[in-house]
Amino acid sequence: MRYKDNAWLLDQTDLKILEALQEDARQTYSAIGKRLGLAHSTVYDRIRRMEQQGIIRKYVALVDLEKVGLEKITALMTVFTDPKESEKIAEKLAKSSKVLEVYTSLSEELVIIAKIVSGSQEELHSFIADSVAPLPGVLRIRTSIVTKKFKETLASISPDLSES
Amino acid sequence: MKIDVALKVPREKAFYFFTSIGNYTGENAASLKEFMEKIDMVNIKSLEFHLQRGDFEKWILEVLQDSELALEIRRLQKLGLSGDALRNQLFSAVSRRIRYLSV
Repeated sequence: MRYKDNAWLLDQTDLKILEALQEDARQTYSAIGKRLGLAHSTVYDRIRRMEQQGIIRKYVALVDLEKVGLEKITALMTVFTDPKESEKIAEKLAKSSKVLEVYTSLSEELVIIAKIVSGSQEELHSFIADSVAPLPGVLRIRTSIVTKKFKETLASISPDLSES
Repeated sequence: MKIDVALKVPREKAFYFFTSIGNYTGENAASLKEFMEKIDMVNIKSLEFHLQRGDFEKWILEVLQDSELALEIRRLQKLGLSGDALRNQLFSAVSRRIRYLSV
């Protein structure tokens, strides 16, 4: 791992360790080492360095809300905006606890795409009507409520990202 | 209390026209006069959506504080109108009220 052009460059070993952690962050250094043919101390050192440099930001639990009876409505909201106000709108949305992800995108028009969770359809509508539609620069909004989730995962480390 | 038909309420209290849950048309009204104008031109689906939910009645009562018009809107809701008949009846009710308040 070395620093170049304002970014940490990871070698193949770092990337493989990250891949292993993304599959199961609770496995031991020995288990990862055994799988990758490395000493557990090597795995420990590299993970420590990546934690210290903020490459590994945190370890989280993926909770199946349905199994604990806390299933919520997920919706994908597209907000068509005045280009001048787009950044401000995206920043405001990002501050809401109901909004999980926010992206700006340039298609035919400048749009913001956000993933929202809500306890009910009515709560979702109130949030959009009271907190999103009135924001200056919002031109119109299209919202799709997710009916079935086929895949949800974290971005994985791809060998394509490795140092060349 | 005398209601000013052209008085604009703050942006966050305006009426925002949706066609369904989370789908905002881009049209909004900040006064009774603007509300009447938008009734005339907004997507008919939006009028049906809000009337059935009681949103018009709620906004007119809570934000514009016009209980007379809110009652009139509730009567319309009970008629189960749709399409152009709904638009015409709604427009007539609001424009009648505006004429009355403007005298």
